[in-house]
Amino acid sequence: MRLIFLTLLALAIATAVGLGLTWTTATRGTDLGTLTIGAWTARPRTGTSEIDPYARASIARSGELPIGTGDGVTFTATTDDKKKPLDGRCDVVVSGVTPAARFWTLSLYDTKGRLVANTLQRYGFTSQEVVRSADGAFEIRIAARSRSGNWLPTSALERYVLMLRLYDTPVGVATRTQKDAPMPAIATVGCP
Amino acid sequence: MIRLLFALIAGVVLGGIVHLVSVLALPRIATQDAYSRLAAVTKENAVTTLPQTEPSNALLPFMDPAFAMAVCRYDLSKGPIKLTVPVSQSYTSVSFYTRSDVAYYAINDRSAGRRVIELDLMTEAQHEALPEEEDVTSADRLIIDSPTATGLIVLKALAAEPGLMAQAQASLAASNCRVQTDPPAAQVKGKR
Repeated sequence: MRLIFLTLLALAIATAVGLGLTWTTATRGTDLGTLTIGAWTARPRTGTSEIDPYARASIARSGELPIGTGDGVTFTATTDDKKKPLDGRCDVVVSGVTPAARFWTLSLYDTKGRLVANTLQRYGFTSQEVVRSADGAFEIRIAARSRSGNWLPTSALERYVLMLRLYDTPVGVATRTQKDAPMPAIATVGCP
Repeated sequence: MIRLLFALIAGVVLGGIVHLVSVLALPRIATQDAYSRLAAVTKENAVTTLPQTEPSNALLPFMDPAFAMAVCRYDLSKGPIKLTVPVSQSYTSVSFYTRSDVAYYAINDRSAGRRVIELDLMTEAQHEALPEEEDVTSADRLIIDSPTATGLIVLKALAAEPGLMAQAQASLAASNCRVQTDPPAAQVKGKR
């Protein structure tokens, strides 16, 4: 009787630990092969055949298609530079320069990866349409209410995800530091 | 007491095994991965243009809204595939994914170096069956080996400004993906 109880206990623990770990790694992701620059993270290896099993499980679950390495690389940000989660009710400024790339796009998604509906039908900026200052730097204002300059509407969403995609770029598996890839700064400048 | 401790340790060790097995199995058992989602709306061995990415139609999560996209879902069991993609104004790329959504190859308009991206896609067995001379004489012909018999080719064209979206979609609509009708082996025999 006791043996049966102990076996059942061991099996129950095994199921909880095993599936629990799988669930967390598949939804939250792991730090395997992650490149972090400021608030931005990228997994350049996800776009190659050397993708790790955790990233494979994660994309199979979410249903997204990773960008191939010969095409580009995706940087994701969920917080600002001070590790404060991005809040759609606040004013957030993305400013500075981007790594060398033929084109880049910055897009805003909800946490499930859907675009956020707004009356302007503006879901992001491309490197060609963004308004720059004389020295080539840009400043994008992410806010719920209309702002002058490069305004990206949030529709007052509580949490959102920013994705900066670089196309035709030398940034990739070999990139290590900010020096190779100068990423734009993200700052929360004011909350109502 | 010792038995209880043993049961706990056995549970955790078994849990680790369950975790590893489930992570490796997840890509195989996932039913909502990108391939399955796209299989429902695309034709086999033909180019299907996808509707523009908008908040109301989230076919896949985290799609770049600045791009026009088209998909060729291929099955190489009927023979190698020939792909031609006219290059759009700003940026065009072609990415190859296996059945389990692993990006194994990607190329953009600049690395293709021509006004039209032309590729032959075949399995390794089909590539080996190609007569050697043909491989040499057509050095400018790009041959790509697919690790799996089925998979996805994703064609993307950048609309650098929202007004250019129609143009980008039109250039993708002119692309072509089809099973090579004339077997290359027979062609060479005729030449001899």
